[in-house]
Parts: sequence; C-alpha cells; structure tokens
Amino acid sequence: MTEKTFMTGFGGQGIISMGQLWVYCAMKEGLKVTFFPFYGAEKRGGIARASVIVSDSEITSPIVTVADSVVIMNQDSVEIGEKVCKEGGIICVNSSLVKKDPARPDARIYHIPCNEIALKLGNVRVANMIMMGALSKVTGAVKLQDLDTILPSYFSSNKRSLIEINIAAVEEGKKVVA
Amino acid sequence: MEIAYKHPKSLKSIQTKYCPGCGHGVIHRIIAEVVDEMGLQTRAIITNPVGCSIYADMYFDFDSVQPAHGRTPAASTGIKRMLPDHLVICYQGDGDLAAIGTAEIIHAANRAEKFTTIFVNNAIYGMTGGQMAPTTLVGQHATTAPEGRDPINAGMGYPIRVCELLASLEGTKYLARGAVNNMVNIRRTKKYIRKAFEAQMRGEGFTMIEILSQCPTNWQMNPVESVEWLEKNMIPYYPLGEIKDTLSTAAAPAQAH
Amino acid sequence: MAEEIRLMKGNEAIGEAAVRAGCRAYFGYPITPQNELTAYMARHMLARGRTFIQAESEVAAINMVYGAASTGARAMTSSSSPGVSLKQEGISYLCGADLPAVVINVARAGPGLGGISPAQGDYFQATRGGGHGDYYTIVLAPKGVQEAADLTYEAFGLAEKWRMPVLILADGLIGQMMEGVVLPEPIDPVNLQRKSWAVGHSVEMARPYNHISSINLIPDELEAMNRKRFERYAQIKKELIRYEEIEVEDADIVFVAYGTSARVSHGALQIARAKGMKVGLFRPITLWPFPYEQLYRLAERGKRFLCVEMSMGQMIEDVRLAVSGKAPVYFYGRCGGNIPSQEEVFAEALRLSGK
Repeated sequence: MTEKTFMTGFGGQGIISMGQLWVYCAMKEGLKVTFFPFYGAEKRGGIARASVIVSDSEITSPIVTVADSVVIMNQDSVEIGEKVCKEGGIICVNSSLVKKDPARPDARIYHIPCNEIALKLGNVRVANMIMMGALSKVTGAVKLQDLDTILPSYFSSNKRSLIEINIAAVEEGKKVVA
Repeated sequence: MEIAYKHPKSLKSIQTKYCPGCGHGVIHRIIAEVVDEMGLQTRAIITNPVGCSIYADMYFDFDSVQPAHGRTPAASTGIKRMLPDHLVICYQGDGDLAAIGTAEIIHAANRAEKFTTIFVNNAIYGMTGGQMAPTTLVGQHATTAPEGRDPINAGMGYPIRVCELLASLEGTKYLARGAVNNMVNIRRTKKYIRKAFEAQMRGEGFTMIEILSQCPTNWQMNPVESVEWLEKNMIPYYPLGEIKDTLSTAAAPAQAH
Repeated sequence: MAEEIRLMKGNEAIGEAAVRAGCRAYFGYPITPQNELTAYMARHMLARGRTFIQAESEVAAINMVYGAASTGARAMTSSSSPGVSLKQEGISYLCGADLPAVVINVARAGPGLGGISPAQGDYFQATRGGGHGDYYTIVLAPKGVQEAADLTYEAFGLAEKWRMPVLILADGLIGQMMEGVVLPEPIDPVNLQRKSWAVGHSVEMARPYNHISSINLIPDELEAMNRKRFERYAQIKKELIRYEEIEVEDADIVFVAYGTSARVSHGALQIARAKGMKVGLFRPITLWPFPYEQLYRLAERGKRFLCVEMSMGQMIEDVRLAVSGKAPVYFYGRCGGNIPSQEEVFAEALRLSGK
C-alpha cells in the first residue's frame, strides 16, 4: 500500500500541520512516511502545498507528481489540484470555500464543508482537521487512531487546550463522508 | 649570584629572520617574558598571522596555529572556546587585522571573546614588500601609494585608529596602545600585555594591545632613523596609553618601572 | 536497546546526529534552506553547555571551525550553496593543515544568489576540492533523512580517521522534508580521546609543542607533503567507496543519480519495471571518492547509462570518466530549483529504450 497525497490551500489554513499530523499518525501505525512542504514567499496568505506519502514499503520519490488523493482547501488551488490527481483518483474539496468542482469527471470527488463544520464546533481553524478526518475515511490509508497521544507533544503548551476540539473535528470529518 | 637577565624559556634561542631594526623580535621577546612570568608556557597557544610574523611558530616555544589571512580572531575564537583555561594570543598585523580581517576582529571583540590580540601596527605591508596598510599615515609612501597616501584625491582613505574604533564595543574590556621604539615604551608595553593576559586568564572579555612598531626596510630607512620616525610621525597620530580599561580590577593603571 | 523512530526534518536530524556524534562546537551563519539546522544547534548545543556561535559570516564560521579543530575538538559548520562558496578558503586551509571537520551543504539553486529551492549544482565544487590547491574532501550524499543523520554521525569519525574535512552534500529537499528516523547512540564528548597532533594540553599529552599550519615555502617540502596527503587519498579510495545498486543485474539502462535525484530515479525505475522495461539504478553515496571502477564493470557488461541530476550536468563527467567510452552515457537534468518528476525521468528512459 502506498498513498500519495497532494495537499493544497493558502497559508494559514493549516495545510502544513495537516500533512505533518497525517504522517505522524501513519508512522505510529507502522508506515514509512515522507512529508515535503512548499510555501510561497509570503509568511501569511500565500500558497501552501505539501507532498505527503505513506507506504508499507520504501518510499522512492518524495515529490508527489501523480497523486492517489488530492486535498483542495480553497478555490485558487483547484487548478493545480485537479492536474496532479491520477486517473480515477480521489479529490477532497473544502466545499465551504470551493464553489466550482475540479474538471475531473474520472475522479471520485468528495465535498466536505470544512469551515462550516468547524464553525459549528466552535473554531474555524480546525477546518483542516475535518478534512484530515475525511481523507482518512475515504482513502483508508491512515486511521488516525493515535492522535490523542500525538497531539499533546505536537502542540506547544499554550495550545494544549485545543486538543479536544481537534480530535472532535477529525471524528466529524470521518462522519461527513461515511 | 642571582640572574638578573636571561633569555625567556618561551622563546627559542635562535636568531630570527626579521630585518635589522624590525619591531617583531622585541615584541616576541616581551610576550615570551610575560608568558614565563605567569608560568603559562605549557598552556599558551599563539595564532600567527599571514604577514611577516607568519613564522612566529619558529620562535615561540609553545603551541601555535596558523590561520588564513585576517581570520586569526575567528580561529582564536574556536581555540579559546575549546580551551578556556589556556592562554590564547591572537597575533595580528595591520593588514590582517585592519584590512582583510576587519569583520572578524570587530565581531570577536563584540562577543567579548576571551583571548588577547597583539596588534602590530607598523603602518606598512612588510611581507609583500611595502604596500599601503590601512594604518599607513597620510603622505607616507608605499609601493601602492607612490606619491604618498592621499586620502581625498586618490581616494586612499585615512589611517585607522583601531583601539579607538573598538573602544565603543561593549565586549572590549581592555585596549591599550604601546610602542617598541625605545626602552621606556617597551617596558610600558610589556605591562599592558601582562595586564591583558591576566584579564584573559580571569575570563573578563576581549583584550587587545596595539603596538606601534618600526619597519625600516619598507620605510626605506636605517633602524635609528626608523625609531625616530615612529616617535615623530606615528605617536602623534596614534596616541600611546590605555585607551579603554573597564576591567574589574581597573583601579591601578599599568605603570612603567 | 533500539531507539524509537522519530519524525524529523532533514535539517534537524543532521543537527541531532551531530550532537550525538559528540560535536563540541558549531559555527554557522543563517541561510535558507538550512536555517532549521542552525536554530537546532543553538537550542541543543547551548543546552548541553557546548559551543554555538552565530558567526558574522560563513568565512568567520569556517575559520572558527579551523580553530576548534586545531584543539582536536569535533567541530561543524553548515550552510547552503552561496555560503559554502564563502567557506572554500577555510576548507582549503583545513586540508592544508590536515584538520578534521564536518561541513554540511544543504544545497540550493545557483549560480550567484540563485534561488532557495533544491539543486545539485555544487557537485563540481564539492568533489574537486572547491578551493585553491591540490586537495580533496570526503563527500557523502544522503538520499533522505535517515541517511542524512547516519552519514553526519559517521562523518565526524571519518574526518578524524583521515584528518580531513568531510562534506555532507544534501539539498533543500532533504533539509526540508520530514521522514522517520532512528537516531544513533549519543557519544559524550568528554569520552573522546585527546589528539596527539592537536594544540593544548601538551603536558597531559606528554608531547613536544605542536604547530598547526599549512604554509611551506620550500617547493620540495611542500611537494612531499602533498604527495603524502595523496597517498592517504589513495588509501581512502580503497577503503571508503560506497554506493547502492538497485536492479542493475539484468538492466539495459542504468540510471546514475545521487541524493534527491536518485530517489526520483528509483521512482522512475519502478514505473519502468511495472511496464516490463529492464531499468536499474546506480547511486553513488561517496561522491568523493567516486565509484569509478564499479561503474566501469557495469559498462563492460554492456549497460547504457542515463545520468539524472538537478543540474545542467556535472556528475556526468565522472560517469563518462568511469565508463571510459565503453558505454553510451545520456543525460537528463533539471535545474534552477526544479526537481525532475519520476514521470519525466521514466519518459526519458522510454525514449532511450527505443534507440
């Protein structure tokens, strides 16, 4: 099993932390992982992308150029996201911000209203965790079962209070695509 | 009978290759005397710079390291950080310190690196044959200033007073300027060196002794003329004395015997 | 006891490996894409009471390494391409004075200021000495985070054994990406032996005074020193050459690539094999000494070579030297900070297979 995921959105949407937590969990689940981030020159609001691979065998190229699954968090990222998806691959779009579907009739497209669900949970910033939950469910590649042990060391001490809502967001995400 | 005067242990008993009248030999001698007096021969390390004193390791009888031109304070930083209980002597000429190595000396001084720089200022490049130094006086002749150093029209800039330049840095604790053109100045310079070495071994911060030194060969004078030229021309521009002293034991200024 | 696997950025894994190798002194100057390494060393060296200095320049940093190395301490500096150019003076002096040191290059695209994205355009500089004079440095090229940590850890021992700098030639991708890594056993520098050739502690070492220097104005003597150093180099070539071969046995076309481009080429190999094409991969791990003979033997067996690099073609010159005209050598490269995709590399192999 190898799952190559391309994650894309804008800076501040938590693309990088989604990718990192995805591979943290995968590693705990015994998989080999690579995570390679790519940012624009801006510190905030620019593009944010990540090549994320999890596999039960040695990972060769760490760059995802043909993705098994694609995560698209905002409208501007649709163009790049739809290009990188493999024939018949998975595309998860944040339907709260993406209003026009990727032009990929061959792909399995899932619409996840990440921002809306996150707002309902009380914090729009967990939109990325809702997406990660959905990605887990539709790909089956990473179960995300160890988040409760990973998050305490991942978050700096002043963010520990957010652990619960992040785990809740992942569970919500799984439910949306169930 | 007590021996009143002898060759220092820390200086080998060989004739130096320095030109007649050159100040390096005297400077080596007073450094070696202070090292002996402090009993530090086995814990002394000198970094000998690119310049006439590059072969200082042939004369000093203790460990030495020869770094790249101008990088002497950076190398001394590495040595002293690894061996804080050793005496590290960063020996530099005016090209090494005030031209190619300007960044290194300023930042080592600013970090309050706990070695002592001995800055030999003879206002000329000796080893390469008499080119202009950053400390060459206005009007002084050099192969690269054939009509004399002209700061404005030829754009050669002004002679740099290094002690005064470094004095504004918080990391510098003791900066003094001596000379080796006569016995009074030699004795006083030796006192400065002793004070700086003692401060180094107490770990107080950056210490530097600038020493005005004669270069008869490249000044195109005989040795007697050169000591007089130093007195008349260099000392008025580069005043002697303790330029900065913020050592914890700063109460007693160094005095000549 | 087996260490737990940790998820780390390449830059941080290199830093941790250096700390665990007993590095006593780190000197660096900020430059992207290796800043996490300098920051990591600031946190972890200072916390252990070891030396960390953010130097005023790369020039100063390598010369601080020179000073620290003179005392026999394990010392390291790191930078990225433009900064490594500045360090070349110091590297030449380290070689001239026979001092051990570890230098990390998390390479980026050039020439000049270039870009901050990954590249392999520093191959010539790394493998040909890089500075002035007759010398080489050992050059190790990791393909990922685990190997970056392992090779960095090992580099300190190699530097001491051979009394010369060891260069780790990584790139911005290896520095920035995260992978699982199992870290080596920590060495306490207190337990490392003092060196008989170093300065300091002459009484404890019961030795005459040492003089660390690279100067010698007598041509016959300097030539003799250089010849002696090259005898050592010859011995290194016998003992150290390292490479990885993947499915070369039956391969018609063999990719030759190191570091990141080897990872990509391995991906292209898998695509090709899935389509029934006989493709292999030869990955030099030591770029100096380069595995010339091993490649020559493959050439004798009638293989063709496709050199894949993130440059306009630098290692290809060594590949051509290695095969000595016995086999065709082709090239596929991207530069400017572009990383070739495995699909691009596969397409090139496919094109060649039709020839």
